[in-house]
Amino acid sequence: MIQFHHVFKRYPGGHEALSDVSFTLPRETMAFLTGHSGAGKSTLLKLVSLIERPTRGQVLVDGVNLGATRRRRIPYIRRRIGMIFQDHRLLYDRTVFDNVALPLVISGYRHQEIARRVRAALDKVGLLGKERLYPVTLSGGEQQRVGIARAVVNKPPLLLADEPTGNLDPALSLEIMHLFEQFNQVGVTVLIATHDLGLVQRLGHPVLTLDHGRLQADARLPEPA
Amino acid sequence: MAGADRRQPARHSLPGGLVLSHLRTLIASLGVFYRTPFSSLMTSAVLGIALALPAGLYLILVNIQQLGAGWDGTARISLFIKRSVPDAEAAQLARRLRQWPEIAQVTFRTRAQALEEFRRHSGFAGALRALKENPLPAVIIIQPTRRHSEPRAIAALLERLRQLPLTARAQLDLQWVKRLFSIMEIGQRAVHVIAGLLALAVLLIIGNTIRLDIQNRRDEIIIAKLIGATDAFIRRPFLYGGLWYGLIGGALAWLMVEVAIGLLAGPVQRLATLYASQFSLTGLGLLPGLTLLGIAALLGLAGSWLAVRRHLSAIEPT
Repeated sequence: MIQFHHVFKRYPGGHEALSDVSFTLPRETMAFLTGHSGAGKSTLLKLVSLIERPTRGQVLVDGVNLGATRRRRIPYIRRRIGMIFQDHRLLYDRTVFDNVALPLVISGYRHQEIARRVRAALDKVGLLGKERLYPVTLSGGEQQRVGIARAVVNKPPLLLADEPTGNLDPALSLEIMHLFEQFNQVGVTVLIATHDLGLVQRLGHPVLTLDHGRLQADARLPEPA
Repeated sequence: MAGADRRQPARHSLPGGLVLSHLRTLIASLGVFYRTPFSSLMTSAVLGIALALPAGLYLILVNIQQLGAGWDGTARISLFIKRSVPDAEAAQLARRLRQWPEIAQVTFRTRAQALEEFRRHSGFAGALRALKENPLPAVIIIQPTRRHSEPRAIAALLERLRQLPLTARAQLDLQWVKRLFSIMEIGQRAVHVIAGLLALAVLLIIGNTIRLDIQNRRDEIIIAKLIGATDAFIRRPFLYGGLWYGLIGGALAWLMVEVAIGLLAGPVQRLATLYASQFSLTGLGLLPGLTLLGIAALLGLAGSWLAVRRHLSAIEPT
């Protein structure tokens, strides 16, 4: 699903966030991306979601070479990626329903279809009764689940999560991770950036470790082509 | 991207869906007036005043033109007939003149009619009674066609009329017409200049309002871009926001102008009566009113487009 070929990312000012990163994340895999802060986890995710472009090397997502993607095609690529953020990035002046519906509205779904899919997504994350509430009235864990519902409502084949449990206690974190496992079981590829090593070890999924921009891939992942 | 194709039937079929999506955004962009009624209305009121000024000036011009409609925008020639000529002969001349291609309308007034009119309007009825005989000549009032109203053609016509054997005097209020036209031309030019400046003001006000709106909704724009919104989708609510500001500002301007006319109508009517005139103030009317709304809406759209073009592309997720 995701392939990196000798990817370098140097930010203006000279900081090299990624150097010579190569790996392959097969379809329907769930994997963790770990490393100390500043190791390049976020940069790697940004390259996949086209927020940043590599300085050198090639990034392929779902067989599409992102290097060849023109600016105006970016939205259509992003619609196939569900993104989850540490700070949730919800719209706080909209209800839970409207937040989750946003990707569908953007894609131009019909009204009834939107309502059906939003309820299905909220049901999956266990927030069905709360669609009329505003995000501020929800707990941190619930807000993150709204973010997850928004990420999956479009049924994207790939989920990217950047420190999704960064602000949650261990029990809630585990709950969120189990939610990701459920999506993975129905065929969604999941890549989660986290520095919670205890949690990573407990769940036992393949791990990509970044250290100062260099990658050590787990033996369970295939060798990069 | 086979998955995208499989989802297709659930979406709107173009272009019906796009129209519906546009309509949805159009309605949704009214939400700003609901969420921040005070500041939105303040902005609209400023726009309304800026639009009402040129609209009001335009209306004043229209009314002056109407006041001048007594001259119908064209000059009139008064052809005074020699007093020795009998009325019947003068009337025959009037009928002949009616056939001239350069003449639109001919009104014949016999000596008796002229006297009667003078008695009624001048207040010299007593003095006239003292006279033994009617001092007034018969008069043929000639109105040239619009095509022959421009100064050179009318001068030529006047010359021909002077050559007629029955003519005592042919008189044209050309000076007055010229002056009126040039005053109106200055007025029109002034209205255009003021309208242009105020249109620019409206453009800038709306542009600035939309710019602030874009800044306030920065997070929302970033989130929308992150989950795959196209530039067009993000642009749309702001463009429609500008359209609404323009429309509502235009409607307020229309209202202000009509209220002002309403306030002036009474005193103007009384003044007109003192001058024995049928003149009364005209309001903006449907078509110019709709034109005002249209121009206001276009200005709104253009202003927001300027802001959107400058500021929206600068906001990208990082």
